[in-house]
Amino acid sequence: MTLTLRNIAKTYPGGTRALLATDLDIAEGEIVSLLGPSGCGKTTLLRIIAGLETADAGASIRFKDDDMTHQPVERRKVGMVFQSYALFPNMSVRGNIGYGLKMQGLPRADIDARVDEVIALCRLDPCAGRAITALSGGQRQRVALARAFAPRPRLLLLDEPLSALDAALRGTLRDELAALLRQFGITAIFVTHDQDEAMAIADRVVVMSQGRVAQIGTPEALYRAPEDAFVARFVGNSMPLGGRIDGGTLHLPGGTLALATPATGKTAYVRAEDVKITGDGPLTARVQTVTFLGTHYRIALTGAADDTLFCLHQGLTAPKPGDTVHLTIAPQSILTLAPEKVAA
Amino acid sequence: MQLAITLLAAAFLLVPTIQSVLAGLTVNYFQGLKSGLTLQWVIEVWRLYSGSIFLSMGIALACLVVTLIIGVPAAYAMARNPGRMTRALEEFISLPLAIPGLALALALLQLYGSYKGFRLSWTFILVGHVLYTLPFMVRSVMSVLAAIDLKTLEEGAASLGAGPVRRFIDIVIPNALPGILAGALTVVTLSIGEFNLTWMLHTPYLKTLPVGLADSYASMRLEIASAYTLIFFVMIVPLLLAMQWASARAQRMTQ
Repeated sequence: MTLTLRNIAKTYPGGTRALLATDLDIAEGEIVSLLGPSGCGKTTLLRIIAGLETADAGASIRFKDDDMTHQPVERRKVGMVFQSYALFPNMSVRGNIGYGLKMQGLPRADIDARVDEVIALCRLDPCAGRAITALSGGQRQRVALARAFAPRPRLLLLDEPLSALDAALRGTLRDELAALLRQFGITAIFVTHDQDEAMAIADRVVVMSQGRVAQIGTPEALYRAPEDAFVARFVGNSMPLGGRIDGGTLHLPGGTLALATPATGKTAYVRAEDVKITGDGPLTARVQTVTFLGTHYRIALTGAADDTLFCLHQGLTAPKPGDTVHLTIAPQSILTLAPEKVAA
Repeated sequence: MQLAITLLAAAFLLVPTIQSVLAGLTVNYFQGLKSGLTLQWVIEVWRLYSGSIFLSMGIALACLVVTLIIGVPAAYAMARNPGRMTRALEEFISLPLAIPGLALALALLQLYGSYKGFRLSWTFILVGHVLYTLPFMVRSVMSVLAAIDLKTLEEGAASLGAGPVRRFIDIVIPNALPGILAGALTVVTLSIGEFNLTWMLHTPYLKTLPVGLADSYASMRLEIASAYTLIFFVMIVPLLLAMQWASARAQRMTQ
């Protein structure tokens, strides 16, 4: 199902603008993530799509050819997975999964058949008869997903579906969730503040900041070609280098670097994995701290850029704190972007 | 030492009770147990006061129905809309607890005393009992509802296609059930045992169980009054036990 959103904004009674006018088109079967820090309006947007919040006047929400703008949540036929899962504690696993089908007024036999099908699909067979309180966090998450998916919704909405789980479980369940959503073949939107989660699950990511959409694109595009400084920092963990750009040259406290294209007036950003320690690099820096992280070392460097610069160093040995090292940053690894607005 | 004190305290509480119960079963209290045991006083009480017993049970049940119909939706509405207004309303509903039953009864008499049909009907006592027991129902249900994330549960049900009425029946009532049960038992127990207010509101033809008890103390043989106490115990103790069990269950849920 295609989803068309036009002019969606939300102003709270106090005058707080949670969401500025936003347009968004989502294609049939697409999995889209709304990514941003807390308070960026991503959950508000999801809740407006669900019908749990009303948008400001002038908005338009279309599910394929149907205008849903003024429909209440119970008539939109959306499946929703809540951050806390909101499973009904007074019902069994089967009761929860079958509730939406019961609300559709289906005969008992049809409900049972569909519940069995979804239980098998979500691999919930071992705990199908259990009470909700007897389930682990991962099982609850899958029951919530099964419950949302069982009534064959037009759209699946997930609000931070993994954030209630502990870190060890989150990684496995993230891949599992991505696989299940693909298997469902349903249009899905999920909200997250974790860029790894967004990139692992979504076909397309909508990066949001301060109540507006900063950039929409595939995970690769956002990572490799961010359009603004917020996206570069939030999605790619890019660090501002500071210094001064003069044509095709970047002047930094620790030396000068060549840029791929002249970029006077812009700000330079680099990711930690693109900072290389080499014997004859043009930048000099002092090692401040060294953290061993298994696959690599994370080294904090001072003196090269305006702020502390981090470098991911692969190798069997690493320099020691206090050492002076030489750094290389390839011209194509330096992102030059318009400086961030102070308010943003 | 500790055991001795415990036993002493228990005896202090139990001996009068046992004595009273025994008094209701002896032929002649002043001659003591050697006069023999009899059920004649219990039968006598039943003959004289069975109307009071049935009236009390009827009022307690009616009181329960009314507090359920008013109290559960009120508690739900208040749990769903927390705020200053709700807190003020909760205090307002709880006011009858702070005011002596006598004062409450006096106010009811002043206001409705001139409506003879109402004044002489059992529903007049019922109104007093509802006023007095409603806060217990509301608070009991509210405390259970406050412990669950009702808003999100309802949003979940709504996203699955449930309208407001279905959500109330399928989600709110079942999850509030321990609180409703605890509240219901409190209401019934309080209504059956209520004396202050009822004593002011009753008429010679409408005596509830405790009012009848006072009447029997004042005008009957001590053995009859004691037998009355025995009947009262038999009715109220199982209710008290059930109440304790239900509120323990509700408390477990709110933790």
